[in-house]
Amino acid sequence: MKVDLARLFDLIAGDPQADRAVPPTGFTARLTLFTAGSMAFLAVFAMALSLATGRLADRWSAELARTSTLRISAPADQADAQLRAAITVLETTPGVAAARPLTADEQRALLAPWFGPDLPIEDLPIPQLIEIIEEGDGYDPTGLRARLQAEVPGAVLDDHNRWREPLVAAANRLRALGWLAIILIAGSTGAMITLAAQAALAANAQVIRVMRLVGARDIYIAGAFVRRFTLRALTGAAIGTLLGMFAIWLLPSTDVAGGFLTGLGFQGWHWLWPLVIPPLAAAVAFVATRAAALGTLKEQP
Amino acid sequence: MIEFENVAYSYGGAELFSQVSLTLAAGSFHFLTGPSGAGKTTLLKLCYGALQATAGHVRLFGDDAATMDRDAVALSRRRIGVVHQDCQFLDHLSVTDNIALPLTVSGRESEAVGNLEDLIGWVGLRGQAAQLPPELSGGERQRAALARAVIMSPDVIVADEPTGNVDWEMSQRLLTLLIELNRMGKTVIIATHDMNLIRTAKSQVSTRVLRLKDQRLMQAGVEL
Repeated sequence: MKVDLARLFDLIAGDPQADRAVPPTGFTARLTLFTAGSMAFLAVFAMALSLATGRLADRWSAELARTSTLRISAPADQADAQLRAAITVLETTPGVAAARPLTADEQRALLAPWFGPDLPIEDLPIPQLIEIIEEGDGYDPTGLRARLQAEVPGAVLDDHNRWREPLVAAANRLRALGWLAIILIAGSTGAMITLAAQAALAANAQVIRVMRLVGARDIYIAGAFVRRFTLRALTGAAIGTLLGMFAIWLLPSTDVAGGFLTGLGFQGWHWLWPLVIPPLAAAVAFVATRAAALGTLKEQP
Repeated sequence: MIEFENVAYSYGGAELFSQVSLTLAAGSFHFLTGPSGAGKTTLLKLCYGALQATAGHVRLFGDDAATMDRDAVALSRRRIGVVHQDCQFLDHLSVTDNIALPLTVSGRESEAVGNLEDLIGWVGLRGQAAQLPPELSGGERQRAALARAVIMSPDVIVADEPTGNVDWEMSQRLLTLLIELNRMGKTVIIATHDMNLIRTAKSQVSTRVLRLKDQRLMQAGVEL
């Protein structure tokens, strides 16, 4: 670890003489800064997407896995009796923490997106819903269904599995795609910086020839290029990351607009995650430039 | 210092020379002559590891060049000062910085203090020390290249047509500098077409004149 820190310090401190020997090339400097900046900007969004979908998957998993719904469709004269019978069955079912009939207002709120807020729910043959909260390992759905079939013929148990699982799977895939995007961005950054480094090496062919002639080792010549490109990538990525974080911060909050897209952002300590991007970009640049420089130098006498 | 044992070099399937055996002993002074295209520059490049022989063995300070890694070749070049006809510099650095470059790349910058100034004076470039290489004349560039070649106090000096781009007076001045270095114990090998230069040198120092012709290296008409 000490050795690594010393090498990192050497890299940052650099060798002013070696740096002076290699003249800066404006085009490759700008290309590296721009590439690192824009890739970091995109990486912030990919990271935000990944974290947001992760939160969504966790929430859907946790919330929906612990609840289920019982729907009772019965003639008006039997509705109360079936509701009481269902509550009794549920209260005596192991794994059920609570069972609560939804009020008329709650049912109206559920239907409001489709029928509006003034739906005369009392006059319509709408099934009664019961929210079931589970505890421990939950209840046995097969056993409960059998008991309900016998005692509450109009009851249909929905344990949410049918639509929870694809939603959670979709959210998990989005999360994986977000991380894949970050990996692709890192790869693209490496490729672009490799091209820029190769252009810089080609532009400095005479410098390299002269330095080899006077006894410079490959690692010394490569070091000047590697340090320069690493610092450029670090600077560009830092700027891109800050701009990306600022853009995310400007997105409307969930409270204002609601919905999934407005939850696309960072929460709490997750705001620290993007700070990983600049050092990561610098590491990618270090590896890419070092490989490009040493590869190019090996082709020279 | 540098030894060739039955060395051959081929380029693109064509053999440039073969069966070359040669020893550059410490403190010796060699001229290498021959027609254009005979392979003089190639032979010199073999001397400092810029090319690899296609057959035979080249030994640099006792090590077989064929088995040396790139770092070892770089380190051996610190013991060999090279002067080219088209001497190349880092055009964005001053003459002083260019001359000090071998010290810089070997991490011995501190040795430049004092020595560097004396060396610049020795090659007569005090007035041009702060200039950039493109601002120098042909002769000044050759002297700067010579100063760069000797700043590490190398054991061997390899000069490829060092007087090719300069007038007679400047060529004599460069030769005098090379003879001075040889008297300090340095091994010198110079590739040249200039027979007057060779005659002048022979009158001042013990030299060995080698000739590359018809793919063979000869001395006084005898194949080496």
